[in-house]
Amino acid sequence: MATVRYERRVPVAPDVIWGIVGDAASIHRWFPGVRDCTVVGDVRTLHMANGMDMPEKILTVDPILRRFQYTITSPLYRMHLGTIDVIELGPQDSLIVYSTVSDPDVLALVVGGGTYFALDEIERQALAKAAQE
Amino acid sequence: MGRKILFITTDQQRFDTIGVNGAQYSRTPTIDGLAAAGINYTRAQPSSVVCMPSRATMLTGQFPSTHGAWMNGVALAVDAPSVAATLHDAGYKTSLIGKAHFEPFIDVFGNYTENSLANLGVPTVETNWADGRRGPHRGFDHMEFATHGVAGQLHYAKYMQQNHFDEIGGFYSALDGDLQVNAAGGGETNAPQVKINPVERGHYHTDWVADRTIAWLESLDAEDDFFCWMSFPDPHHPWDPPASELHRVPWRDVELPANYPTAAAEREALLDAKSRHWRMWYDGQLVSNFEAPKTWVPSTLTADQVREVNALNAVEVELIDEAIARVLAVATARGWDDDLDIIFTTDHGEFQGDFGLLFKGPYHVDALMRLPLIWRPAASAQIAPAVVSEPVSLVSLAATFLNIAGRNAPYWVEGQCLPTSSGDAEDRGFDHTITEWDSVLFGVAVHVRSVVTKEYLYTEYGKGAVHDGSEGELYDMSEDPLQRVNRFDDPQYAAVRRDLSQRLRDHHDRPHDRARPGVTVAPV
Repeated sequence: MATVRYERRVPVAPDVIWGIVGDAASIHRWFPGVRDCTVVGDVRTLHMANGMDMPEKILTVDPILRRFQYTITSPLYRMHLGTIDVIELGPQDSLIVYSTVSDPDVLALVVGGGTYFALDEIERQALAKAAQE
Repeated sequence: MGRKILFITTDQQRFDTIGVNGAQYSRTPTIDGLAAAGINYTRAQPSSVVCMPSRATMLTGQFPSTHGAWMNGVALAVDAPSVAATLHDAGYKTSLIGKAHFEPFIDVFGNYTENSLANLGVPTVETNWADGRRGPHRGFDHMEFATHGVAGQLHYAKYMQQNHFDEIGGFYSALDGDLQVNAAGGGETNAPQVKINPVERGHYHTDWVADRTIAWLESLDAEDDFFCWMSFPDPHHPWDPPASELHRVPWRDVELPANYPTAAAEREALLDAKSRHWRMWYDGQLVSNFEAPKTWVPSTLTADQVREVNALNAVEVELIDEAIARVLAVATARGWDDDLDIIFTTDHGEFQGDFGLLFKGPYHVDALMRLPLIWRPAASAQIAPAVVSEPVSLVSLAATFLNIAGRNAPYWVEGQCLPTSSGDAEDRGFDHTITEWDSVLFGVAVHVRSVVTKEYLYTEYGKGAVHDGSEGELYDMSEDPLQRVNRFDDPQYAAVRRDLSQRLRDHHDRPHDRARPGVTVAPV
């Protein structure tokens, strides 16, 4: 079991960021390599740019804690847990923490690398939304 | 019409595996011929002792701390500077055939061009360049990729899957079920990463790389200037060359390396004289490099396993030499001999039993750091053959390619053109090289910087998982060429240590624009 974690401090209100990451059906707008996704109940299927489908189960969507958790249910993984926390540091100041726990270990690096670049895009979209508001 | 460039690389090849450099078992008449007609560098060093950072240095002319691909699994930024792009701008036809590895192999999300190009069925795609323009990916008009086996989506793997599916099972599986580097033993000694491979020789990746290079060269007009990077995946592990060729070097006839004491106590005493992470790896207490199998413990390595690995390594080197000969014959047939520069090197070395170890890692000694490097200038350049013993670095390659093409090195190139003689090396200050190592893998961080001069090899360990920032190694290579006696704490060497430490600080403080360090997106 291995853990990878990335953080990003963004000068934007936490609800703006939660509006991006809390929407389960929008992951293809900010996670690299995801072309589209479908959500049926708590099952989310990522349609990857390389033609693969990646099934996931959504575990937590908590707008009070601003926490989103999911697990990849592909047989590639014996265990996976992805957690995105949006933490309020101030009215216009947020910390996004995106952590990945995985077995096999190696896949934590692969997914974790993706989460880093996802944070880049989440930050970009959050700043753009904040500028519009 | 200018000078054409054939850049030949292997992967993980020691200096002493080439005939002209004293190889005991591998016969390399083609490479030896290049050395005889050109410049043989006998103290060539990499910028890193693992593939991705070192290869990124070849392409960018920058140290890893500048180009940002600081360890395996960290992709070189797609818009990083590229000597191939500069040559492309100069009108050169550009290709890379074989192992690239600027981008990680394990790519579940399909984010990287190297992994998708074969599926796309095109010779290149347009991506962003360092100067803001778009152009062929990393400057290459044509790319066909291979790596150490037949798994995955690269061109060679697809070739085998589509044409020789029945031979795929004969290759060693580089990764195990957990995607860790496989520790399973094979061959006749149960050595790790060894397998008797019944693949037909002509289908093995060494010959495939030569075949595809020949096909590309034959597609060119005779007058075209070209930069062709022919990149063999061997002799990097796994060691699974075609079984039909194993008769060349019977492993039972192979002597143990000079730096492999047969007595365990002597090996362990040598390791104990070095920084503590050497012995920790040997004992199976620390793995700091993904490419060393996580579950393999070096102290279990036997003398016969060393013999078998080194025999297979020699076979792989001979196949490479013969493949190069086939490519050079095509160049001759096309009438390019007068205008063709050939540079041969590798990205880093391999322990091959030295100190009782295999593979590689944050261990800066000659086994991993002293590389074969040969430049056979075009006859038209009228450069006299030479042996250059001054320290030179692979960071000089990009500037050398540009010099051959008659171009000034852009601001982003850190190295200067390789010297063409010892006098030239002295005149232009080739008196030391720097090798970097940084790794952070599941809570284990290791940071290493080394400087090599003609006389000394000096290493400092930064603060990390097992180092407190005060440790190091210093070897006096004139009296200790095997780097067995660590003089780091020897008061007699205090002045030497101060001088070499200052060179490391100067390297750290060098003024140069640095890329943002990349993010680890895969183990390799």
